[in-house]
Amino acid sequence: MSMSKQTRLVSLLFGVVVFMFGFGFALVPIYNSLCKTLGINGKVTQDNSQAASGVDMSREVTVEFVATNSAAVPWAFYPNVTKVKLHPGESTRLSFYAENKTNFPMTVQAIPSVTPGLAAKYIKKTECFCFARQTLKGHEAMDMPLIFHLDPALPSKISTVTLAYTLFDVTGR
Amino acid sequence: MSQSMAHHAAHDEHHGPAQGKGVFGFIKRWLFTTNHKDIGTLYLWLAMTSFFLAGAMALVIRAELFEPGLQFVNPNFFNQMTTMHGLIMLFGVVMPAFTGMANWQIPMMIGAPDMALPRLNNWSFWLLPFAFALLLSTMFHSGGGPNFGWTMYAPLSTKYAPASTDFMIFSVHMMGLSSIMGSINIIATILNLRAPGMNLMKMPMFVWTWLITAFLLIAIMPVLAGAVTMMLADRHFGTSFFDAAGGGDPILFQHVFWFFGHPEVYVLVLPAFGVISEVIPTFSRKPLFGYHFMVYATVSIAALSFIVWAHHMFTTGIPLGAELFFMYTTMLIAVPTGIKVFNWVSTMFKGAMTFETPMLFAIAFVFLFTIGGFTGLMLALVPADYQYQDTYFVVGHFHYVLVPGVIFSLFAATYYWLPKWTGKRYNECLGKWHFWLSVISVNITFFPMHFLGLAGMPRRIPDYALQFTNFNMVASVGAFIFGFSQLLFLYNVIHTVRKGKKVEEPVWEGAHGLEWTLSSPPPYHSFTEPPEVK
Repeated sequence: MSMSKQTRLVSLLFGVVVFMFGFGFALVPIYNSLCKTLGINGKVTQDNSQAASGVDMSREVTVEFVATNSAAVPWAFYPNVTKVKLHPGESTRLSFYAENKTNFPMTVQAIPSVTPGLAAKYIKKTECFCFARQTLKGHEAMDMPLIFHLDPALPSKISTVTLAYTLFDVTGR
Repeated sequence: MSQSMAHHAAHDEHHGPAQGKGVFGFIKRWLFTTNHKDIGTLYLWLAMTSFFLAGAMALVIRAELFEPGLQFVNPNFFNQMTTMHGLIMLFGVVMPAFTGMANWQIPMMIGAPDMALPRLNNWSFWLLPFAFALLLSTMFHSGGGPNFGWTMYAPLSTKYAPASTDFMIFSVHMMGLSSIMGSINIIATILNLRAPGMNLMKMPMFVWTWLITAFLLIAIMPVLAGAVTMMLADRHFGTSFFDAAGGGDPILFQHVFWFFGHPEVYVLVLPAFGVISEVIPTFSRKPLFGYHFMVYATVSIAALSFIVWAHHMFTTGIPLGAELFFMYTTMLIAVPTGIKVFNWVSTMFKGAMTFETPMLFAIAFVFLFTIGGFTGLMLALVPADYQYQDTYFVVGHFHYVLVPGVIFSLFAATYYWLPKWTGKRYNECLGKWHFWLSVISVNITFFPMHFLGLAGMPRRIPDYALQFTNFNMVASVGAFIFGFSQLLFLYNVIHTVRKGKKVEEPVWEGAHGLEWTLSSPPPYHSFTEPPEVK
């Protein structure tokens, strides 16, 4: 039996509803890949192949560091230096202190975020604890290293960049 | 469909609703009804009830803001009031009210015997009382109801939200389901059940605007459902769609939400445009000026509404290019909207106008909605928006388009069609009192909000700096006058239904269209034989 005009129309409309429900979720990867391609919204790409192309001595940029734990990570976590001034192109090394306050080993992943978002693609990290997962045994502590420089192409109107890390529990994943 | 047609044809055309005896019979009649007129009535009474409930919440807000400092409620309760007021006014008042009118009017306007899917229609309605019971129950939970505003921005609605948020999420799911099914029904009715000869470009504007609205709804309500589902997953299932700590992004929520949210404002206002396009020609005794342009303008507003959403997010740090794009597309919407306003004014031009209550509300709509449109244009300007964002200017703007805009069109529609629906004449004198009190007090309430916003008063705060006191007092006085004037409307409607004077035909001498060829009130089953449309 062929479908009536009514059934066909209603099925079509129902299909639109299902499609749009899916589209709502598809916005997540679309958004993420757009942000990644365009280098906006503070999502740092971990591409560190480029070497510094000269140092721009004409200006100094303040880089601030922020560290937070997500609710499920009872660690001590803070930057050993909260603020540095450096010339674009100049490489710097610093560290974040991390201590597992629990009695059992935990694995965490640090997620970086840059403010303003447009500065994200000009932060070039040579080494970062966020590149890999970090495991600490119960009550173990360590200084986690970070080596980076700012790309001299950083727009001159940006004079302060904030680099924030949040620890996220990935134990057993 | 053929089945339901046969069912109706087998009955006597003029029989009334099947109602049993006593309370049980009454409940059974309304619970099981599949008649489009009954369901329309149910929707309209639900909207009326929610209107006074959400209005009372607005008065709590205005009472608190009468003076600086905390007088009556604590900040958390204040935030619950703003959230609930917004959610209920949108999903509980405007949308059900227009769906109710669609149920009553669309079959009569296109010469159909009923809605295309009568049982689905029943379910669409009866989901709503349960959805709102769920939503309202949150006010009595420990920890209180949702307190993050109707926009439910993450992480306020995920990480920092009260436990009752899950109830709100499921309530939104149910409302979404209801309005998706309602919309599918409306589209199926309009596309399949038109009387022979009623081609698309002969349809009344109200039917056209509802057709477009229904398409908007089936496109956006699933996106809202997706957004709140992601919220739910973030809250309980360990995902991090909107949690930066897990690699997600709270800004993403705003994108998903406003992808729904901006077309949603046109869902609210397009049927209002339809109502005004019915009322103004009737009382100007002229056909609508530029019918074709009205149709095309409606379609283009709907299409544009999908590519403007980020104008709600100019200050979130989106790139300059995107800001420019969304600014220009937003300003482009002023063109079709301007066409509509121009056509309404041209319809009135040199018309034999009379000023019954529906016409008064319609004219006030044209004036005051346009003011709201202009402040919208101001907000669309990126540099200006950096100042206006999250101030009372925004509150003033959207209340101008929603209260003297959408709500006034609902009043106009009710006064216009009530004699048709009930066969009784409402009290014109009381209607005029309602109009004049409303139109004056609505301006007293919302106009000062623009000044407050320009002076820097942020929205959604229970307390404010001293220099904002005077304008807030003015706004609060206006709000109370407006709120209590609406009791006149309620009284007038109830009085008309129960004791109104019998209406004599024609109800309105200038009214044309299929619904006016029926008696007032129309028979319980109308157009069981399709009418002939020239």
